[in-house]
Amino acid sequence: MKPFLREKIPVALSEIPETPAYEAGYLVTKNAGWRNIRPVINKEMCVGCLQCYLYCPDGVIFKKDGKVAIDYDFCKGCGICKRICKLGAIEMEAEK
Amino acid sequence: MSVTAKTLCEDEFFYGHKACAGCGGSLAVRVALKVLGERAVAVLPAGCMSAVGFNFPQLCFGNNAIISTFAGTASMLTGIEAGLRAQGITDFQAVGFAGDGGTADIGLQALSGAIDRNDDILYICYDNEAYMNTGIQKSSLTPFGAKTTTTPVGKNIRGNLRPKKNMFEIVAAHGIPYAATASIGYLNDFLRKVEKASKIKGTKYIHIIAPCPTGWGTATDMTVEIAKEVVDCGLWYLAEYENGVYTLNYEPKQFTDPAEYLKKQGRFKHLTEEDIQTITASRDAKWEQIYKTFQIN
Amino acid sequence: MAKKFLSGNEAFAEGIRLARPQVISAYPITPQTIVVERLSEMVEDGSLKAEFIHVESEHSALSCAMGASAVGARAFTATSSQGLLYMVECLVYASGGRFPIVMMNANRSTALPWNIYGDQRDSIALLDSGWIQSYAENAQEALDLALMSYYIAEHKNVSTPYMANLDGFVLTHTYEVVDVPTQEQADAFLPRFETENKLDFAHPRNLGFSAGPDHNTQFKYKEHLGLLRVREIVNEAEARFAEIFGRRYTGLTENYRTKDADFILVTLGSISGLVREVVDGLREKNIKAGLLRLRYLRPFPDEEIVRALSGAKAAAVLEKDISFGGDGTVYTNVTAALQKAGVRLPVSDYIVGLGGRNISAEEIEQIFEELKRGAVKTVFLGIGGEDA
Repeated sequence: MKPFLREKIPVALSEIPETPAYEAGYLVTKNAGWRNIRPVINKEMCVGCLQCYLYCPDGVIFKKDGKVAIDYDFCKGCGICKRICKLGAIEMEAEK
Repeated sequence: MSVTAKTLCEDEFFYGHKACAGCGGSLAVRVALKVLGERAVAVLPAGCMSAVGFNFPQLCFGNNAIISTFAGTASMLTGIEAGLRAQGITDFQAVGFAGDGGTADIGLQALSGAIDRNDDILYICYDNEAYMNTGIQKSSLTPFGAKTTTTPVGKNIRGNLRPKKNMFEIVAAHGIPYAATASIGYLNDFLRKVEKASKIKGTKYIHIIAPCPTGWGTATDMTVEIAKEVVDCGLWYLAEYENGVYTLNYEPKQFTDPAEYLKKQGRFKHLTEEDIQTITASRDAKWEQIYKTFQIN
Repeated sequence: MAKKFLSGNEAFAEGIRLARPQVISAYPITPQTIVVERLSEMVEDGSLKAEFIHVESEHSALSCAMGASAVGARAFTATSSQGLLYMVECLVYASGGRFPIVMMNANRSTALPWNIYGDQRDSIALLDSGWIQSYAENAQEALDLALMSYYIAEHKNVSTPYMANLDGFVLTHTYEVVDVPTQEQADAFLPRFETENKLDFAHPRNLGFSAGPDHNTQFKYKEHLGLLRVREIVNEAEARFAEIFGRRYTGLTENYRTKDADFILVTLGSISGLVREVVDGLREKNIKAGLLRLRYLRPFPDEEIVRALSGAKAAAVLEKDISFGGDGTVYTNVTAALQKAGVRLPVSDYIVGLGGRNISAEEIEQIFEELKRGAVKTVFLGIGGEDA
């Protein structure tokens, strides 16, 4: 479970809640556009130690098949994962 | 065996937020919520984490969460805890995440009140050492020498003239059931402390150093390393206070050079040799006090 | 129902006990203290099952009440004067958050100069804070409003905090015989607090969020509508109240001999009793005097005021507040209502009772006397010489 992207953006008065209370984890925008470099995981080198997953401020690194993968919709490209990885299994590549 | 990266809950409760890339505060909030899980009710005062997490309709907390007034983190936590208990609900953790200004300045009175009543709440201060949300103004947890937008560096004054307030000791002096310091550079230590705190009844306080690349003038990928280094050079420490006893969790055999730590940051780049000597001397005095207070020989 | 000899504070505390709040957070300030002392005794003796939180300030009192309300608990606090002003940030936060907290405010003068006695500048300065505001005349009405306040505030169409004002000392500390309903009656009147405006484990929510320029007006408009709907919910609450308790109230205002009145005094709070006596005396002298008592200032009873005053030759507002550099705030509101409705009559403003200054029957008679001249003026009573 985690907050996820929704299709509906409330705009009209009738769609706005009566009080400032709304469904938890309701996302309508991504953070991908913030990034000019992206982390790329070398699956050969990754041993699934999960330190990048632990230390990611945005929580965009998740467990996958005993290793890790990245949700590029929300990665901001800060590079903490690359520096935390002792095995050098993460490289930062320029966004095209 | 305390929780680790491998055993941590896989759910994400703080996701899609608009914190700056490499934000230390958001890391502290994220991992604490992963330890506490879906029964955590989070209170965040006006400040960075509420500003980046609660912009309708982009709501980035997956669990129950609310913004409190700037001064009202602890008092709102008290009301939430009492209100749920009054309805017979007891399997939850009311947790607050306030910055250094929200804790040591404007929120200190309410926090002191909550500790005095021993309300069953967990209060986590993510300390990025200035009012970052409003644009890097000095707080009472800004360290000596730091340049902020209200402690500029000029011909007459070079940055902040006052040392950090001793929040950990101030909180401990209340006789609180549990207090701890932490750093986002040592997350396993933090995970253990959050987990431990969640199992203690009464008021719990954790003070975690959480560097801010924007305000500290560091690269976005350096946040964790700088948070490690501040501990390694002795300018911060990892400790606990429980049942009236202080414990030092990590005692560096030999401190690394504070100058190295300071010079990596834009906010300290104006410091002179003399300034650095002052900082080093006050570090040593602090450690003497730590050994004395903590009764460590 | 039992008859008891109670002060206004004690009567209000009885009403709150009957409403079964789950969380009470309060900080002491004269002349509010007795209401929270009584409530803490009720919690101690078990006649009220509530969490009593000894907060360290008024700001925390209301912040704590908001936390409780935000998880669906019925919350109560009480304050006065400087305390009310100290919690102002939380006032607008509670109304913006739509938390139906009830707060008693013992109306008291505000510093400087220091003064502990009653006037209404404290609450009237906060008419714009988004709270429902009622003004009780006597201890019985105070108790009854305590019960009705939760019905109105928590109504799903309203969901707005409620400030019940009692004149400091004159009402809070004056003893009267009061009918105290039974718990069974109170329970029959007041439903449990149900709301979706809460943090909820079954439906996790984010509350108290930011809303930028695109959405802010919509949230604020909804807040405004919530307060306006109080008009109809007050009537609903009072009809239900009359059925169960046999006492009928009259909505946002109370008209006393206004129907054929030439000269009407508009006022609020405990002074109304004295004005009523003066009206009776003048009627015996064939002077067609009347009293319009404002029971609520928010929502503002503009329609009721227009109806009551439109047949009169002249009117005056008698109020214990002044917006420095302007007029009395009640006067400004009353004359705006008349202007909007196109009703023209001379209306004067009498600023009275500041810092607890006594108001005599003779002074009120004199005001009616001056109304006959049809002048429009703002007068301070109590400055000596009365030449303002």
